[in-house]
Amino acid sequence: MYRYDTYDQAMVDARVAEFRDQARRRIEGKLTEDQFKPLRLMNGLYLQLHAYMLRVAIPYGTLDSRQLEMLSHIAEKYDRGYGHFTTRQNIQYNWIKLEDAADILADLSTVEMHAIQTSGNCIRNISSDHFAGAAADEVVDPRPYAELMRQWSSFHPEFTYLPRKFKIAVIASEKDRAAMRLHDIGVRIVKRGDEIGAEFYAGGGMGRTPMIAPLIRDFVPLDHFITYAEACLRVYNRYGRRDNKYKARIKILVHELGAAEYTRQVEEEFAHLLSVGVEPPREELARITEYFAPPAFVDGPKTLDRSDPDFALWVDRNTHRHKHDAYVSAVISLKPAGGIPGDATAEQMRVVAKLAREYSFDELRVMHTQNLLLPHVRIADLHAVWTALDEAGLGAPNMDTIEDIIACPGLDYCSLANARSIPLAQRISERFAATGRTEVVGELKLKISGCINACGHHHAGHIGILGVDKKGKENFQLSLGGSEAEDVSLAKITGPGFDEDGVVAAVEKVTDVYLATRTDGERFLDTYRRIGMEPFKEALYG
Amino acid sequence: MKILTGNDLRSGAVTWWNGTGWSLFVDDAVDVGEDAEEILAREEAARRVNVPYAIEATIDGAGHVRPAHIKDRVRALGPTVRRDLGVPTAEKTGWDWVI
Repeated sequence: MYRYDTYDQAMVDARVAEFRDQARRRIEGKLTEDQFKPLRLMNGLYLQLHAYMLRVAIPYGTLDSRQLEMLSHIAEKYDRGYGHFTTRQNIQYNWIKLEDAADILADLSTVEMHAIQTSGNCIRNISSDHFAGAAADEVVDPRPYAELMRQWSSFHPEFTYLPRKFKIAVIASEKDRAAMRLHDIGVRIVKRGDEIGAEFYAGGGMGRTPMIAPLIRDFVPLDHFITYAEACLRVYNRYGRRDNKYKARIKILVHELGAAEYTRQVEEEFAHLLSVGVEPPREELARITEYFAPPAFVDGPKTLDRSDPDFALWVDRNTHRHKHDAYVSAVISLKPAGGIPGDATAEQMRVVAKLAREYSFDELRVMHTQNLLLPHVRIADLHAVWTALDEAGLGAPNMDTIEDIIACPGLDYCSLANARSIPLAQRISERFAATGRTEVVGELKLKISGCINACGHHHAGHIGILGVDKKGKENFQLSLGGSEAEDVSLAKITGPGFDEDGVVAAVEKVTDVYLATRTDGERFLDTYRRIGMEPFKEALYG
Repeated sequence: MKILTGNDLRSGAVTWWNGTGWSLFVDDAVDVGEDAEEILAREEAARRVNVPYAIEATIDGAGHVRPAHIKDRVRALGPTVRRDLGVPTAEKTGWDWVI
């Protein structure tokens, strides 16, 4: 994985020192909150419902064991013994003190981490396929390209004050495991003959106005990769709606201009930038790529002893095919039935870090589904890994099932939320686990957001739930048919909303319809697409 | 009644105006009537509270202060899903009034 060079480290260290001074001046009253707020947000420090919240960047979700151990240390020393992994492959701490914040950033910098650009109207943490570097179906490892973009977008002077926040995902396979087309810019690394290049998609996003990003260029040669991204940003930065926060995202610009006109303007800007020469030298990409060289995989057994049914179920559910046939990628569920999606204790983080060191070439990933991943586990070691995970409460066999719920922090933590998300996730996962229905239903992606900002990706859920405020009471809108995968689609609302008990029952009714009407091998989403909304509405509202 | 709430500048903890200072316990909140703006300005300027604001509240039959809005009720006790992390009075007042 990438290691900081002296420039990276110097930039981060300088920022820590700068923030330490800013926080001191705020505490001493030399800065007002209005003056301080944009400064703390640039360093990922929010003020949430109960305390300050710190969001730490995990570039493209890749970590090593010493970094996860540092995250564990921070949870224990400065927070309340746990952290929350997010849908942008980051981690958040919910109980941070302002007077500790600079010390935390200093601790993070010792393991090449920071919280820069995890808030504000700038280019946020670049996300990627959590199976990057391990997936059997990838063209190349997308992370060097994501890292190049990270370096380009870090402290980019022109893009520090964009009209709104800006999110980029980079993948390199036909399968989309990063919700790529629901990003402001989505990049898919592709091969044309022997040449590597990139498809560019622009203007996707969730939030109050969900949009699927259209393809604006089917092949950007690697020599122009950053130049093209810069052209996309420049057009947005110039014409994005700064007059209206709710219309300021690039998706609105692309929609209002039309994809063809936006593309025309990008191409014009691109031609101009080619004459200016903003592309980093290819040697820099080559230097970065060396850090992502595949580990020294060794041959080994390709089959395993499945006599333990619990282990066999976990293998079937939570492992993913690896590019080397003696290995798999192992998903560590942070979704125990009845648990809080994405939360991990400091002790659990230490267990996972140790497993990564011993069994996965010291590599870890944070998945946008709020789980963790050991990307390279020998099949021969799987039982030992599962045993250790199970002992730590991390062995739930539920990847991509109805228990594997994405849920934002909701009204339990977030100052923007209108309703709670976590209790719904707890009740639904508990109910399906208790009745044994999870296995019967199979793949079903349920996503819950506590407000229209859609941090819980409800627009992209096979089943989505959106919490709203209805005359001071929590109310939940149910939607069906979304997908953030390569078959991307936006979910449609079923009808009037429900209270908390009602929406839990509604989810069960929806799965009843699915089970009664599915054909062999049909996923929930396939059935919905075949039979449409009406049978579900009929069951829900009679 | 009208009460004042905000966050402690250093710790970020939720606090409530008790008439002379800022308390961690919502039950300590007092009705400020028409004085809200004056108290807020004075207290924020002195950095005794961060981003304070006035909210509507009621007093229930047992004398407990109950913020009108669900968001402030959640703030009063802590995350409903981590009651072990709630403010110390939560055990005494119970959680049933929050949602």
